[in-house]
Amino acid sequence: MSNAQIERQWTSRLRHRVVDKLPPERLLPDTQPAYVASWIYVFGVTTMAALGIVILTGIILALDGPQWWHSSSLGHFVNSMHLWSVEIFFFAMVVHLWGKFSMAAWRGGRSMTWVTGGVTFLASILAGFTGYVSQTNFDSQWISTQAKDGINSTGGGAFFNVLNLGQMLMWHIVLLPLAAVVLTGLHVIMVRVKGVVPPFDDNAEVSA
Amino acid sequence: MTKKAFRPDVDAPDYKGAYVPYDIIKEGAIAVLVVLILTAALAIVFSSPDEKAVTIKTWSNADAVDFAQTAGDELTGTSGVAGYGAPYNNGGESQHWGFLSPEKWIGVHIAINTTNDFVINPLSDQPAQPALTKALNQWKSASSTTQAAWGAAYSKVEANLTYTNGQVHIPTTAAGPIPVLLNYVTQMARSGALDQALIAQNGFYTTNYTKPLLFISDGTYFAGLATKQHLAGDQWGMMNETGQYPGQAWLWLYTFWYQISPYNTSASGDFLVWGTMMILTALLILLPFIPGLRSIPRRLKIYRIIWREHYATEA
Repeated sequence: MSNAQIERQWTSRLRHRVVDKLPPERLLPDTQPAYVASWIYVFGVTTMAALGIVILTGIILALDGPQWWHSSSLGHFVNSMHLWSVEIFFFAMVVHLWGKFSMAAWRGGRSMTWVTGGVTFLASILAGFTGYVSQTNFDSQWISTQAKDGINSTGGGAFFNVLNLGQMLMWHIVLLPLAAVVLTGLHVIMVRVKGVVPPFDDNAEVSA
Repeated sequence: MTKKAFRPDVDAPDYKGAYVPYDIIKEGAIAVLVVLILTAALAIVFSSPDEKAVTIKTWSNADAVDFAQTAGDELTGTSGVAGYGAPYNNGGESQHWGFLSPEKWIGVHIAINTTNDFVINPLSDQPAQPALTKALNQWKSASSTTQAAWGAAYSKVEANLTYTNGQVHIPTTAAGPIPVLLNYVTQMARSGALDQALIAQNGFYTTNYTKPLLFISDGTYFAGLATKQHLAGDQWGMMNETGQYPGQAWLWLYTFWYQISPYNTSASGDFLVWGTMMILTALLILLPFIPGLRSIPRRLKIYRIIWREHYATEA
């Protein structure tokens, strides 16, 4: 097989495209623009760190089933860590969102980075909600019976039954975490490909 | 190469300034460590809430009158669930805004007949007892007109229903078999058998608690417990949880609409809230493409604080 034939292979083409878009030094940079010098930048990585702990504590909770934590002090502690890592996750995510809004971080071809971030926020809200209604306690009973009215009013309740523990638990531990992780991965890759948005410069011009 | 006008809210200037060392892996590791320590500290200090779930057994033993009255409403088709509409049944008016009524368009998908599902079927599965069998046969063989007449007679005296010496007492003789049926279903509930009967309707294996949850939510006992825990709708309850915990604080805007008119006065309040939130969510996600809105951060100038070192260096 000639080199030309090898270069035409799907695998070769994909590798070239990936390496062109995201060379190793951009994926794992060792320098960054000097303007990235504010505490606001901490909240993106904090969100990801909290997501990691949410998933880790969720995996531990999943090991012995959805009701283990009610009767085990260790289980209750892991549930508490799950809860508080979720609170930190959302706090950091919201600060990150408002920080990026204040920077108009969609500028310079970064609009899809903003969109994936927004969709990740939505998926996370749904993941948090399905967690609250999967606790198998009074909170899950009350929140689900209250929330059903809103979802039913949209017609969605016919397919997304918040009173069905099995359905909510599956969404909470499989579908929505998968969505959150994939979307976060896409979001981070976009950040690495495009870099961090530069400061406003009212006198700047771009080439068409 | 042609030049086009620079759009400050869409385009970003080329950065030709300095770069500084940046250890992304170290940053990530430190973030994980800090969040892990903070999470563990919060978990140790504040723990997490875990109020026991309400069962029909605990409800009917704590407040037999409220349970029996609710069961009466389920039997006579006058409860909240019986008149809910889609996706449970065809009772009541669907929520709508103008001609928009997706709830109605999609229709019944989780069929609930409160008379049969919550009272008659569970009682029919009980071991045969002469008085119960007779009452069930009387109910099942009656026409819907007769059942409605019994229901109307029951409704007139429902507020005077009492529970003494393990028996439900209803001061009327015009309600047909309803007093007997309510007496048996209350006994069944207090023994815990009704919890099992409602869940078992889904088969041996089940994870679907739709029926018992709907039944429990029709009573005032459940809502009373929630109000004590500051969880009612007018207490921003959607985002709260039991105890002094932050709950789903990120739902504050969603919950906010339920506190103001017309959302909290309209019969279609839920649909209006969801419609409003869908529009606001679309605006948030599509912000980069919306002229005017995408200019807000440039006009607010908060970025001047974020990039103050950069602008100081430039000056």
